[in-house]
Amino acid sequence: MINDTIAAIATAVGEGSIAVVRVSGPDAVANVEAIFSSNEKLTEAASHTVHYGYIVDRKTREKVEEVLVTVMRAPRSFTMEDVVEISTHGGVIAVKRVMDLLLESDIRLAEPGEFTKRAFLNGRIDLSQAEAVIDLIRSKSERAFSVALKQVQGNLSKQIEEQRYTLLETMAHIEVNIDYPEHDVESMTSAFIREKCSSVMDAIEKLLKTANEGKILREGIVTAIVGRPNVGKSSLLNALAKESKAIVTDIPGTTRDVIEEFITINGIPLKLLDTAGIRDTADVVEKIGVERSKNALEEADLVILVLNQNEPLHEDDIQLMEQIKSRQVIVVLNKMDLPQNLNMDQIESRFDAQHIVKMSVKEQEGLDALEEAIAAIFFTGGIEANDLTYVSNVRHIALLKKAIVSLQDAIQATEEHIPIDLIQIDVRLAWEHLGEIIGEAVGDSLIDQIFSQFCLGK
Amino acid sequence: MGYLAGEYDVLVIGAGHAGCEAALAAARMGCETLLLTINLDMVAFMPCNPSIGGPAKGHVVREIDALGGEMGRNIDKTFIQMRMLNTGKGPAVHALRAQADKFLYQHMMKETIESTEHLTLRQGMVEELLIEDGQCVGAVTKTGAEYRAKSVVLTTGTYLRGKIIMGELMYESGPNNQQPAVKLSESLRNAGLQLVRFKTGTPPRVHKDTIDFSKTEIQPGDEQPKFFSFETTSSDNEQLPCWLTYTSAATHQIINDNLHRAPMFSGAIEGTGPRYCPSIEDKIVRFSDKPKHQIFLEPEGKNTSEYYVQGLSTSMPEDVQLQILRSIPGLEQVEMMRTGYAIEYDAVVPTQLYPSLEVKLLPGLFTAGQINGTSGYEEAAGQGIMAGINAARKVQGKEAVVIDRSQGYIGVLIDDLVTKGTNEPYRLLTSRAEYRLLLRHDNADLRLTPTGYDIGLIKEDRYARFQHKKEMVELEIERLRSTKIRPDETTQAMLASVGSAPLQNSVDILTILRRPEVTYAHIEPISPSSHELTEEMKEQVEIQIKYSGYIEKQLIQVERLQKMEKKKIPDDIDYSDIHGIATEAKQKLNKIRPISIGQASRISGVTPADISILLVYLEHYNRVIASRG
Repeated sequence: MINDTIAAIATAVGEGSIAVVRVSGPDAVANVEAIFSSNEKLTEAASHTVHYGYIVDRKTREKVEEVLVTVMRAPRSFTMEDVVEISTHGGVIAVKRVMDLLLESDIRLAEPGEFTKRAFLNGRIDLSQAEAVIDLIRSKSERAFSVALKQVQGNLSKQIEEQRYTLLETMAHIEVNIDYPEHDVESMTSAFIREKCSSVMDAIEKLLKTANEGKILREGIVTAIVGRPNVGKSSLLNALAKESKAIVTDIPGTTRDVIEEFITINGIPLKLLDTAGIRDTADVVEKIGVERSKNALEEADLVILVLNQNEPLHEDDIQLMEQIKSRQVIVVLNKMDLPQNLNMDQIESRFDAQHIVKMSVKEQEGLDALEEAIAAIFFTGGIEANDLTYVSNVRHIALLKKAIVSLQDAIQATEEHIPIDLIQIDVRLAWEHLGEIIGEAVGDSLIDQIFSQFCLGK
Repeated sequence: MGYLAGEYDVLVIGAGHAGCEAALAAARMGCETLLLTINLDMVAFMPCNPSIGGPAKGHVVREIDALGGEMGRNIDKTFIQMRMLNTGKGPAVHALRAQADKFLYQHMMKETIESTEHLTLRQGMVEELLIEDGQCVGAVTKTGAEYRAKSVVLTTGTYLRGKIIMGELMYESGPNNQQPAVKLSESLRNAGLQLVRFKTGTPPRVHKDTIDFSKTEIQPGDEQPKFFSFETTSSDNEQLPCWLTYTSAATHQIINDNLHRAPMFSGAIEGTGPRYCPSIEDKIVRFSDKPKHQIFLEPEGKNTSEYYVQGLSTSMPEDVQLQILRSIPGLEQVEMMRTGYAIEYDAVVPTQLYPSLEVKLLPGLFTAGQINGTSGYEEAAGQGIMAGINAARKVQGKEAVVIDRSQGYIGVLIDDLVTKGTNEPYRLLTSRAEYRLLLRHDNADLRLTPTGYDIGLIKEDRYARFQHKKEMVELEIERLRSTKIRPDETTQAMLASVGSAPLQNSVDILTILRRPEVTYAHIEPISPSSHELTEEMKEQVEIQIKYSGYIEKQLIQVERLQKMEKKKIPDDIDYSDIHGIATEAKQKLNKIRPISIGQASRISGVTPADISILLVYLEHYNRVIASRG
């Protein structure tokens, strides 16, 4: 993977009025040119020049984004390779569209720290910084890994594994036909391969559709709303989401599971998790909810602690504050419409004043102040996991698309009566793309499958 | 009682399929070579099936031939049946498979060895390696003969502490009741090598005159046989058929009734057997819903009545074996001539080797074949020729030759062994190769003959023939690219005859040849070449054009692979020193000691982040070295 062409978002997502996508590698200029519409040709552009134009859809040539493109030719660039920087409007949507289009070509999403690594390997960065480069790769990889893992847990990874297994069985069958031609196993026909590939392709297309609709792979700063039962967490979620998602009652312990909601505040995507109130309880169902709340708390990039300022601090509140003290926290003092019985010293000694917001969710008061506080934390760089979450989504979608292309190639090949061992190349590629999403290495699983599925011997 | 019996450049211990190739390669490269074997009558012996080739294995034989080895030539001289398998599939998996006259195979190989310059063949059982200053410098035999050599190649097959098992019976033995090598394991262990215990097996042999062939199906050879060696052009060998029958319900019953006597299940066998080559009792237990299993009856030679019963590998007691045989249609009256058996033996954990097959702990010692955890004659021979080449190159002070995964199945095999190791006897499969389409049977010469020539195993005359073929193929492809044919009557008629759409305009021939239904033979009468092309050349032209889309895709991947392979890792790197690499990866890297970034990236447990860090570290390391001058 040395010297292929890579791309990544170079600015923090959502921040500022301009976002920059950086592309580096031998095919950088040609690859951007393929989705760029302008009076000038990038491939003929001189180094260090800026070009105005539009990013367009590769096939339909529809205009997608208005951009400025900067071309920097090797070796006069950060990585000492050909580099193209695409400046788009700020915000998430524009930059995502551009990335998606780029990754449809041979461009690979950069690994964590890869631009810096290349700059170093190509002699751009001083020797004394080698250690720093290594630290950067290691820490970014670990963050990216944990974020990616978080993303593919549960439903998505189960669905992908199912489809991979169908492909694996098909591949094992093809391989047995090839490696044991005289063995009495059923011949693998084009029709059979086509049927299997089509079913997998349908499933992935469905997955991709939901991904684009933002239901499964939706990105955002994971924000957990926590607090004792009945302090108004669900009401806060509903107020932020501007619709009634969580059931709100005045019975403590109403929310028994984690409810998710995606919202955007000042262009910052948030994945809100409304949690069951955390307290010691004997109710079995509520207990499970409390457990899940604790897990949600662990994954969260940002914690919104809701307190009822009408009551003095409870022991559960103190315990919770201890638990989250090393996290990014915004404290919401709810129920301002009622008299204040909370000792403010206990709060102010623990949290920055700018992270404390007084609200009355019921009266819709203080919502703006909360949004501002969230935006402030984000823009001052307090939270960055969002970039990684976002990036790993881009990567997943790109891989799902690549898997579909490989399956289309395989299906087309079956129609053209291409021999099965060649069709296998595309089936295997699809299987590998899906494997990358769930972090599964290629390994020996195919060989294992062959021998567990078929009885072979001499 | 020891005495100095001789001094050589290269000493090869063991004259099976690995040892023969190793010794011939070293001698042909000009090294004074000694080939030692326990029994001179067992040179190139086939202790199991009397056949060579098949998918992946046949490819290896072609590669050995392309490098200048012997296996291909020897089987071409001694086959009694030749079949091209997988002809209904793509060209990459077409595979030649021969039935051998196993006795003739041995005689011909022995004759070749005896008549090769610089090569001495001698009987002797090696009991100990000579080690001085941490280097292997020779070996001592049971009779006290001390042979000294600059490089030693060890190919012990299944002889190393071999143990035969048949039902309740168990005894120390090499294959086919040969004397086992009992002491040598100790010498290896003392040198610090880690050994494992593997197991394999063979079916019984039966007498031809007691088989009722009328109850079986005939399996003849190809009418127009092809050959393994690129140098063999014709043969007048007479072909014999094989015969197909199946196990019956009675067979399965007998096996199930006697499972308590099967060493496979009683725990008597400690060695790990191969999954791809299970015994019949294993197959019936693991796939109990399969009503019958194929049994092929294969002649072991022209001048013998022995038939090999393929599919019936077993370590059941002898009396049960006879019952099993007689429950099979066609074998009701059969007489068993040799009993099937399982054999356990010692092997070296192959991750202890460099890709050159030299032992990391014992410079000067190379190992090849079953001792490295493989099974199969072809796998053994493929390693043998590489071990022989690298042993000779070490003597000559030259750098080791390593075939990479995109150049040959031999490269895939050796890289898998030394990088990943193996938990069971390793068999090559075409699915182990990532670039299967490039590693074809037909282009083994294009892939490896230049290497064979550089090494000195391919002589000038053969190389000239090779180059002529290569040029003619290139010229013809260029001609087809630049020649247009018009949609005239002849062309349209040809296209119609194969069910292909008629032409609208003139197009180049290359484009037409890419249509799946059109072959070179269809094109030839319309637009013949002005050169005289052999069938082989035409086949090459057709394959390269027809599959160019797929081939180019794989070539791009190979280019990336080769960049990684070219990034060499210095020998003296201590991975524990590299801050940032994960602990598990550090341990693996220190153990395997990869020679390149490419090899490092294939070690399980080494992540892309570890590789990135390693690259940065190497760059740092190289710059520091450079600044020191």
